[in-house]
Amino acid sequence: MRVVFKTSYDKDIDLHEHGQSRAKIAVLLAVMVALPFFVGNYYLAEAANTLIWALAGMGLMVAVGHTGQVSLGHAAFLAIGAYANAALMNAGLPFLLTFPIAGIITGLFGAIIAVPAVRMSGIYLAIATLAVFVIVEELVILLEPITGGVGGIMAPSITIFGISFDRYASLENFYWLCLAVVAIVTWGYANLMRSPTGRSFLAVRDSEVSARALGINVTRTRALAFGLSSGVTGLAGALMGHYIGFFNYELFSIFISINLLLVVTIGGLGFIQGAFLGAILITAVPQAISIARDNLVGIGIDLSGIPGLDTMIFSLILIGFIIYEPTGLYGRWLKIRTWFEIFPLARKDMFRRQKSYLKTERMK
Amino acid sequence: MSLLDVNDLAIHFGGVKAVDGVSFSVDEGEVFAIIGPNGAGKSTIFNLISRVYQPTRGTIRFDGQNITGFKAHDIAGLGIARTFQNIELFDHSTVLDNLLMGRHTHRATNFVQDILFLPKVRREEREHRRRVEQVIEFLELEAYRKKMIAGLPYGVRKVVEIGRALAIGPKLILLDEPASGLSVEETRDVAFWIEDMRRDMGLTVLMVEHDMSLVNQVSDRVLAVANGQPLAMGTPAEVQAHPDVMAAYLGTGAAA
Ligand SMILES: Nc1ncnc2c1ncn2[C@@H]1O[C@H](COP(=O)(O)OP(=O)(O)OP(=O)(O)O)[C@@H](O)[C@H]1O
Ligand SMILES: [Mg+2]
Repeated sequence: MRVVFKTSYDKDIDLHEHGQSRAKIAVLLAVMVALPFFVGNYYLAEAANTLIWALAGMGLMVAVGHTGQVSLGHAAFLAIGAYANAALMNAGLPFLLTFPIAGIITGLFGAIIAVPAVRMSGIYLAIATLAVFVIVEELVILLEPITGGVGGIMAPSITIFGISFDRYASLENFYWLCLAVVAIVTWGYANLMRSPTGRSFLAVRDSEVSARALGINVTRTRALAFGLSSGVTGLAGALMGHYIGFFNYELFSIFISINLLLVVTIGGLGFIQGAFLGAILITAVPQAISIARDNLVGIGIDLSGIPGLDTMIFSLILIGFIIYEPTGLYGRWLKIRTWFEIFPLARKDMFRRQKSYLKTERMK
Repeated sequence: MSLLDVNDLAIHFGGVKAVDGVSFSVDEGEVFAIIGPNGAGKSTIFNLISRVYQPTRGTIRFDGQNITGFKAHDIAGLGIARTFQNIELFDHSTVLDNLLMGRHTHRATNFVQDILFLPKVRREEREHRRRVEQVIEFLELEAYRKKMIAGLPYGVRKVVEIGRALAIGPKLILLDEPASGLSVEETRDVAFWIEDMRRDMGLTVLMVEHDMSLVNQVSDRVLAVANGQPLAMGTPAEVQAHPDVMAAYLGTGAAA
């Protein structure tokens, strides 16, 4: 078991407790940067897709994992980000401007709808966000001059300082662009969570009544969290639009909202790492299933005649996770790591959840 | 001079007169206890002062200011901290983070600065941490600093909640049954801490407590309530000898 000796408070304030964890991130980042030199276009595009999902997952994680606000409407924020970015680019603005503006527009929209919604929680909030989703979907269809209506629009090609970042013409560049955005957002997110703002999110999530007693304005905090959450999701939406190329409202269906919720719950609620693990799972598993099916054909088993088999296997994996690993992939990883670190001292019931004391209804 | 002035405070929940015409004032540097049988309205008085509930009538003044119309989240900033009878900690955070959350009213950075983690944020974090470490040292919580609340024993959680209230740096601290569920030794610690809060930190303490030995040991004055109404006020000995108080505890249907 590693014991870190700390000589100043800065050690706790820093992002990394010890050099080794900093080195691990550096290696991971280096591998990600070098990826285009090792894999072909098919897998590189998949990697870019995973990054975009991780970005959207981080967006939703702020709301669901760190502030306790379940949203079924995040596909709407993907849509707003995608359309805002495309519309501004079509108006002649450069991507370097349209991209952050798309995020800000989506964030403001999220914060504004959060104000009436913040009094709700649990299933009521989920339903309210679902309603927002439906309204946005209708608006997308109605605002034909901007969104192309039912027909859809083409995301303009990205050029930054004369260099093409087009998803098809220069896929490597587009991948690096996604990677840079994800890296910056991850850094900002990690910063947020080690600062007073992030702590106020957790406070609101775990006990509203004490949060208030500590001087935290719960309404404002939840609106801020929801705004940041939608803003980041809007950025992911903008990239998703470019990734898909030609898109209409169907790209941002309710299933995308649900998949995003799966990303954060399966990845591990309340962990930034969870958004990444969840994104990998949700993008890789369908691929793995179809590859497996193709291989089965090779040995004489043809399952292509059974419609919905892929979806069913996928769903079973997800359900299995939710039932048997409620702390998500990241929680599972933490357990495995601890098991090795303290080997052979691990006990079977070590991670069993402590039964919480009774809270009276009176204080609610 | 009195720090807290409660005048003719009342709140009715439908037909239930949970608090009905309670008046008292707490002097600066005083330890003031509220006692009474179960359901007397003690916690409700705390919830009224910390603005969780809006009173049906009456006023609350703190430090010369009428705070009856204030929002719940404006109270900590004035210097009023509280604990909860049923412990309301942030279960999925560490002890350290719980205490740091108590520093919220002292935050000097906004979310943009936080996201960028500007040097100012780091400076502020160091200062918050320094203050929190003082609380940790005072309450002897060193061993639990990095432990999650969810796995801690009841007694420790109770102390962490007091710590979180102290991290606010308050003038007045409201303790709702600080000794309930604690062992004899733990209760003795609580008594020492209350003494120290008053003597070394210059705090004013308003507490609700059933444990009469603790009340006798630390409090200057006691208010007894029953059925939302005041029964008697005075020194611990005077109040306990008061016939109405004895009747409330021993008489018809007393649960305590
Ligand atoms: N929000 C509420 N709605 C309805 N009734 C309430 C509410 N809060 C408190 N009451 C009632 O007010 C009365 C006083 O409750 P309170 O919690 O203040 O008692 P207490 O003196 O703290 O008792 P205990 O010693 O058991 O903690 C009780 O009858 C309770 O049921
Ligand atoms: Mg009570």
